[in-house]
Amino acid sequence: MELSAAVMKQWALRINEKMQEHKDKLSELDQAIGDGDHGHNMARGFQEAANKVNDSSYDDIGTMYKDIASTLISKVGGASGPLYGTAFLKAANAWKGRDVLDSEAFTEGIEAAVGGIETRGKASFGDKTMLDVWIPVRDEMKERGVDTEQANKTAAKEAEATIDRVAKKGRASYLGERSKGHMDPGAFSSQLVFEALAEVYKEGAS
Amino acid sequence: MKKLINGVDQIVSEMVEGLVAAHPDKLRAIENTNVIVRADAPVQGKVALISGGGSGHEPAHAGYVGEGLLDAAVSGEVFTSPTPDQVLEAIKAVDSGAGVLLIVKNYSGDVMNFDMAADLAEAEDITVKQVVIRDDVAISNPDDRRGVAGTTLVHMIAGAAAAEGKSLDEVEAIAQGVADNVRSMGVSLAPCTVPASGKPGFTLEENEMEIGTGIHGEQGVERRELMQADAVTEELVQHVLDDMHLNDGSEVALMINGQGATPLMELYIVARKAIQLLKDRGIHVKKTFVGEYMTSLEMTGCSVTILNLDEERKRLLLSGRE
Repeated sequence: MELSAAVMKQWALRINEKMQEHKDKLSELDQAIGDGDHGHNMARGFQEAANKVNDSSYDDIGTMYKDIASTLISKVGGASGPLYGTAFLKAANAWKGRDVLDSEAFTEGIEAAVGGIETRGKASFGDKTMLDVWIPVRDEMKERGVDTEQANKTAAKEAEATIDRVAKKGRASYLGERSKGHMDPGAFSSQLVFEALAEVYKEGAS
Repeated sequence: MKKLINGVDQIVSEMVEGLVAAHPDKLRAIENTNVIVRADAPVQGKVALISGGGSGHEPAHAGYVGEGLLDAAVSGEVFTSPTPDQVLEAIKAVDSGAGVLLIVKNYSGDVMNFDMAADLAEAEDITVKQVVIRDDVAISNPDDRRGVAGTTLVHMIAGAAAAEGKSLDEVEAIAQGVADNVRSMGVSLAPCTVPASGKPGFTLEENEMEIGTGIHGEQGVERRELMQADAVTEELVQHVLDDMHLNDGSEVALMINGQGATPLMELYIVARKAIQLLKDRGIHVKKTFVGEYMTSLEMTGCSVTILNLDEERKRLLLSGRE
């Protein structure tokens, strides 16, 4: 498994396409248990990140993801800005100086990203947040190496699993038991991140 | 969605432009940001106070920028925390060297973004302290409580303290004292529509109300059958008092805050009952605020805030600005 700088660039662009495509669904999920703007904020932030990536050329994947992270931190706001921004910033540090990522290097980035989300958001697995998706994906990568199709499946399954959980962090947590029965919007946007990864890897490999 | 706007993406920047255009003698905006500062910022030798958060809570927070109150307000998108770089711009614009106090409402987004901004400011050798407000007793775990209308009392009292020339540590301690002694609880009769989503945040039948709503059009903790004003007020006041240690003879400030679409008439009906309930318990209300201090767009409903006053808080609140 190898991810070139070109594929990594496509990943960022594809994440943006996914956020645009699912903007309304993300906001609807957020409306049920939050304040209803997750789709709008993610679409706005990733559009800016995609513009930034398109306007520049990168050999260093670390630099590219550092730019993506700073754009997200400065454009998204709310909780998702710092969380996604921190995630990509930590991953960027792990990918610094590399123009291609093998399975081990990619996993290091994902591990660092999860660590960043945990520190920033002070949440754990099962709190009905984006980490409910990121942690199992990371665990699988650490155990078995990067399989983007498997990561996509796991992400989808774990996002689905947030439906039955009671939110312990973020605005949804104010609803207590009433947060049950709805998928966490951050878990769904995270699912889209890994769905995009599987797609661009497959296209890049074929 | 029926709103007097020109487009969802321009709401905040156009509001900021409007505020500055309307009050050019008092306010100015920092270019390419949604940061509003006092026209005369930085004020030499004075500790600077900054608050902010998502927009849609007006007059909070931009409406509190001025002498004796905040030095800067940072407005994020509607109900979305502003970004760290914007908060940093505000910090840089108001710091006179005496240090900066950030007044942050306890929402994960606000806490994270202000935290990141504080880190960035420290890296530029600006001394920054933070006070996180969590006055909403609708949430039982005190650590998870949201910052709501009580935040504005922190603006007023800490603002008065900073205006007196107190040091950053002193202003921080006073602000923290307010934060530790203020409690609020809200009720909503109708939801609001976040422009970006275009639909109301929840729906309520004619005969329903939502108890324990926050300030983001999010649902409360419990849906109930609508009651009359006195019964609703009693419920809110009792809930707030249950969480405070007030005695016969305690002195408090009371705030009846409208959520955006509640007639002042109704707020005074609530105020009347709240004052009476406190009086019955031997609690002295030294200052009452009735009006819109921390709104949630056009949500209908109100919140009751009670602040336990010690001598210093009382003096600062009664001498300060509103």
